[in-house]
Amino acid sequence: MTRDQIKAIVQRVLGNIAPEADMSQIEPHAPLRDQLDIDSMDFLNFAIGLHKELNVEIPEASYPELATLNGCIEYLTSALEAVKAKERVTLESP
Amino acid sequence: MAEFVMPKLGADMSAGKLIAWRKKPGEFIKRGEIIADVETDKADIEVEVFTSGVIEKYLARPGDKVPIGTVLAIIREEGEPLAAAPSEIRAAAPRPTEVSPPGRQLTSAARGDAARLRISPAAKKLASELGVDPSTVTGTGPAGRITRQDVERAAAAESAQPSEPELAIGRQTRMRQAIAAAMARSKREIPHYYLSTTIDMSRAMQWLAEENLKRPVERRLLYGVLLVKAVALALREAPELNSIWMDERATPMPEINVGVAISLRGGGLIAPALHNTDRQSIDELMKNFLDLVKRARAGTLRSSEISDPTITVTSLGEQGVETVFGIIYPPQVALVGFGKVVARPWSEGGQIVSRAVVNATLSGDHRVSDGHTGALFLAAVGRLLQEPDAL
Repeated sequence: MTRDQIKAIVQRVLGNIAPEADMSQIEPHAPLRDQLDIDSMDFLNFAIGLHKELNVEIPEASYPELATLNGCIEYLTSALEAVKAKERVTLESP
Repeated sequence: MAEFVMPKLGADMSAGKLIAWRKKPGEFIKRGEIIADVETDKADIEVEVFTSGVIEKYLARPGDKVPIGTVLAIIREEGEPLAAAPSEIRAAAPRPTEVSPPGRQLTSAARGDAARLRISPAAKKLASELGVDPSTVTGTGPAGRITRQDVERAAAAESAQPSEPELAIGRQTRMRQAIAAAMARSKREIPHYYLSTTIDMSRAMQWLAEENLKRPVERRLLYGVLLVKAVALALREAPELNSIWMDERATPMPEINVGVAISLRGGGLIAPALHNTDRQSIDELMKNFLDLVKRARAGTLRSSEISDPTITVTSLGEQGVETVFGIIYPPQVALVGFGKVVARPWSEGGQIVSRAVVNATLSGDHRVSDGHTGALFLAAVGRLLQEPDAL
């Protein structure tokens, strides 16, 4: 999955939480909480939404890494690559 | 025959606009089912019925804005003989009604003797202030005596007359007006007292972190749920705070329905009930809390969720606030506020240690409870939070 595809998914999930926000106006390096006025329940719904879309488990300890749009893209890119690598190992093992 | 009336969904509602009927005349409706969608100043609400039977006739049409207490439908209760062919009729007659107390919906009120005007001095003074003619007010007090609430209702009904041209006021403005009316009434009528305590949250936060580590994301808990549950359980020890104030006296409520203050996107707030909060497990509460917030923001709350809260809990910690001094939402008699969980120096066993703490505040109605009761209640909340796995 490309970074642009991940970005689109992040924006779509955020759009469900903050439907009034213009996702194209999100500053990639600024905290999402400040830009979208999201609280802990919104953030939990965000994590649930990402899990549903990408099948990536996001531990609570990793939430700070998802603080910005760019942070989300970085984290999810790495997480998806890790999932892929794990699948490869599983397939290759005898 | 049972009358289905426009319910009063909170102290700040004087009228509602019927959006749609969910059933057709002649259809059977079961207690607890949604009969109509109603638009209030704060939100669109799914209104439930509190009787089972066949819908005999409708007295209002979608689009009608009617004062609270107006009879909207006639329901032939189970076992009653058939009266006439089910039909829709046009006129909706306003009826005086009490503020629907939590858990029930009133459909009628005692009529006073028009010839002998019985009115309390306080109600008379209020009528004068609000420009209401007492002879046009129906009394619901003993022997038809006109109470302050009757005068308020009459004033509200007058201002909600559907014949007046409806101003094109946005939902936001109407919500601010509704909040203004309820909060002004609260500050005018309720002698608030405020108590605050600092609660050690270390165990609760540690327990939460360990629990969430074991759980998939869909089943994770938020610390706010622990606060709500602790408040609900503490209310069992202080039932005075789980009361409503109506007709100049407090009535303890049989169920503990904590109303949770939810900020709405775009501004404003609403505080629907988590029913039987004390009897729900933490997992049930979390699931229902998520659902309630989602529906509050989507505008699909149910009427019982709006009318049933017996106390309100608000948490503003995420916005950085450390202490909340809330205004009680009438007819409730207490509000509990929580601030931000912060690390603070804490004395324990003669040592100064760092602890995660939160400030809990009680706004109490002094007509109903005293500071002593409030203090015991806050102490109980703090004590319960020291054993999070028992919540």
